[in-house]
Amino acid sequence: MNTLVILVPIALGLGLLGLCAFVWSLKAGQFDDLDGAAHRILDEDDAL
Amino acid sequence: MACCATSTPDRLDHSASVDPVADVRSISFMVPSMHCAGCIRTLEKGLAAHSDVVRVRANLSLKQIDVVWTGDAADADEMARRIADLGFDAMPVEKQDDADAKMRRQGRHLMLCLAVAGFASANIMLLSVSVWSGAQAETAKLFALLSGVIAVPAIIFAGSPFFSSAIAALRKRQLNMDVPISLAVLLSLLMSLYEALIGGGETFFDAGVMLLFFLLIGRTLDQLMREKAAGGVRSLARLIPQRATRVAQDGSLSQINLDEVETGMVLRLSPGDRFPVNAKILAGSSAVDRSVVTGEADQMPISEGQVFEAGTLNLNGSLDVEAVSDAQSSFLAEVMDMMRAAETSKGRYRRIADRMASIYAPAVHLLALITLAVWMLATGDFKSSLTAAIAVLIITCPCALGLAVPVTHVVAANRLFREGILMRDGSALERLAEADTVFFDKTGTLTSDRLRLDAKPSLSIDHASVLASLAARSNHPAARAIADAYSHEPLCSLDDVQEVAGSGIEATWHARRIRLGRATWVRELASGSSGNDSAPTCFAIEGEASFGFRLSADLNPGAAAAVQRVTKLGRNTAILSGDHQANVRAVADRLGIACFYAGLMPRGKIAKIEEAAASDKVLMVGDGLNDAPSLAAAHVSMAPANATDVSRASADFIYTRPSLLAVPFAMRLARAANRVVRQNFGIAIVYNCIAVPMAMLGHVTPLVAAIAMSLSSIIVVSNSLRLAFFDRLANAPKRHLQPAQEGSASIFSPAEVSP
Repeated sequence: MNTLVILVPIALGLGLLGLCAFVWSLKAGQFDDLDGAAHRILDEDDAL
Repeated sequence: MACCATSTPDRLDHSASVDPVADVRSISFMVPSMHCAGCIRTLEKGLAAHSDVVRVRANLSLKQIDVVWTGDAADADEMARRIADLGFDAMPVEKQDDADAKMRRQGRHLMLCLAVAGFASANIMLLSVSVWSGAQAETAKLFALLSGVIAVPAIIFAGSPFFSSAIAALRKRQLNMDVPISLAVLLSLLMSLYEALIGGGETFFDAGVMLLFFLLIGRTLDQLMREKAAGGVRSLARLIPQRATRVAQDGSLSQINLDEVETGMVLRLSPGDRFPVNAKILAGSSAVDRSVVTGEADQMPISEGQVFEAGTLNLNGSLDVEAVSDAQSSFLAEVMDMMRAAETSKGRYRRIADRMASIYAPAVHLLALITLAVWMLATGDFKSSLTAAIAVLIITCPCALGLAVPVTHVVAANRLFREGILMRDGSALERLAEADTVFFDKTGTLTSDRLRLDAKPSLSIDHASVLASLAARSNHPAARAIADAYSHEPLCSLDDVQEVAGSGIEATWHARRIRLGRATWVRELASGSSGNDSAPTCFAIEGEASFGFRLSADLNPGAAAAVQRVTKLGRNTAILSGDHQANVRAVADRLGIACFYAGLMPRGKIAKIEEAAASDKVLMVGDGLNDAPSLAAAHVSMAPANATDVSRASADFIYTRPSLLAVPFAMRLARAANRVVRQNFGIAIVYNCIAVPMAMLGHVTPLVAAIAMSLSSIIVVSNSLRLAFFDRLANAPKRHLQPAQEGSASIFSPAEVSP
């Protein structure tokens, strides 16, 4: 029972963290241009 | 459409937004030719090099570029010019497109819901597994409460798309699939909450959340597919010049807006202008291109008093015209009206899933009610009766409907995409599978715009050389075809070469006039003709006999094979064209199409489609603006990628490769997809036949519900994935071909074909 008190919140917290990360990436527009991201990696000039 | 590139500043400023405080302006441009890392780099670096540009970002998925800049030095028009300087065509994107913005918002909301449902179902499942595997009573109670804490907000948030859709349906006094889904999810939530709080029996939290998760996957996929397809811009308005030059009675010129044009006004058209409204020629000499109206890229000579439709292109001389309509009643406005009317009629199509739902939803409700009633009568225990009824609702929830259909459509869309075919939405695929008659447009679809010389008349070496030199000086398609045919002849020098609008080209060679062009005009010069009298294009040297040339349009690659395959699939074919009878007949004969209609205007094409629609489902394949209304009116439609914007926007499928073989391929894939969807429904029915009796007898525990739901989902999804391996275009004829229905291929009459 003691372990659960620690582990369950940790598990939920990690899950929530993942969810927040996803929401952030969605809001930050990381899913707006899926094709562009694949091509941009070929551009070696990172001055832009 | 060279003239479209000259955009009016007035229009651009309208779509650019200005932030008054910081004096920052931003605008988005559509850049269709952007396709690789190099393009992104060129565009972004090129634009960022200007000192007033604050931020520039290219989006390859949408083929758009967003530019933010400061100061008054540049306006939107200047930005378009800068992009053009970098070697790209840019079209400003209308900012205020509510439909697009709404679609994107919906897509984002669905994705958020999916993420929340995914998070909740994973965590609740973890807790549930430990309960199922025999947790102590204390722990089980704690976990049930914990599940409830996660499930309540998750279901309220992630279920919102279903709840709002169900409420909307109920308001209209209808039942859709979302009604039983919402009922099942909400009832199971309430029931489970009650159980968790009193610490009694089993909870259904996991089933409800997982159900939402599965269904949301289907919804999101569907939405993403539609968003991708909506990327193509729709703007008939682009063809209409937004301003017109008015000639006042005293001869002075003034610029007026399109909506100020009134019947009777005199307007001046420069070369390269399009007719802003329907107008009558008053004065001037020029030739016009009516391809917008007829779909045929043919230059026409003009004479005073002739009336031309709005959108007609004035080619090479200045014209004074009198407006015979205003902007609201011009030909282009009429085409837009026709399209709007046609699209609403298409909206009547009901998707297979919806049709199934209309039978399924009432059946599910009835079963759940019966279960409740029978259990009440048998046991008198309301709680266990309600549990059984909820179990029925959950177990029958249509994962096969909600997930399998979108997955099938997405897999099919990806398979089509690999063959260069873009699909608008899933219902298009269903409609394509039903199509049993294919109408082709001629020019641009079956044939290319390029002409080809049928046979070379025998000319002396001198004559051939003169002909080749003369033909090489003109850009007319006929002259180009002749120049191609005689390209190996040595060129000689010609004097005062001039093109005569609508007639042909003439020059002086060794002090003699030579002409190439319309037969009647050329023969004025010739002493007689050397056969081939009926040929429309002639060449003559002053005082000598004329030579006639017969030109015909090149068939598009794959046109013959495509027509053959469509026929083999048991579908009827016909040609709808705006061209002359003889030209259409020639193409029809070459392709073996028995049924063709020539000289059709947009309204005529729609009439033919509606006539055929009485007994058949029509697939229309066309590219021109004149095809746009018929593309919208047909049951389902396809257009090549080089079609006009409007046609692309109204077509259900766009094929990006030149070969017309895309048409039979898409038709076969659509039928295969339809089969898979039906199989999935079959699987769902079998699953229900086993699961529903169990649920009604009260044997469905949360564990059984979770396993059954996942299992049925996995089966239908893997069945759908088979489509990804649907055969390649190259070996298409080997399989899946069914013998043509007897008689249907040879003689086609819409009235006689059975539906």
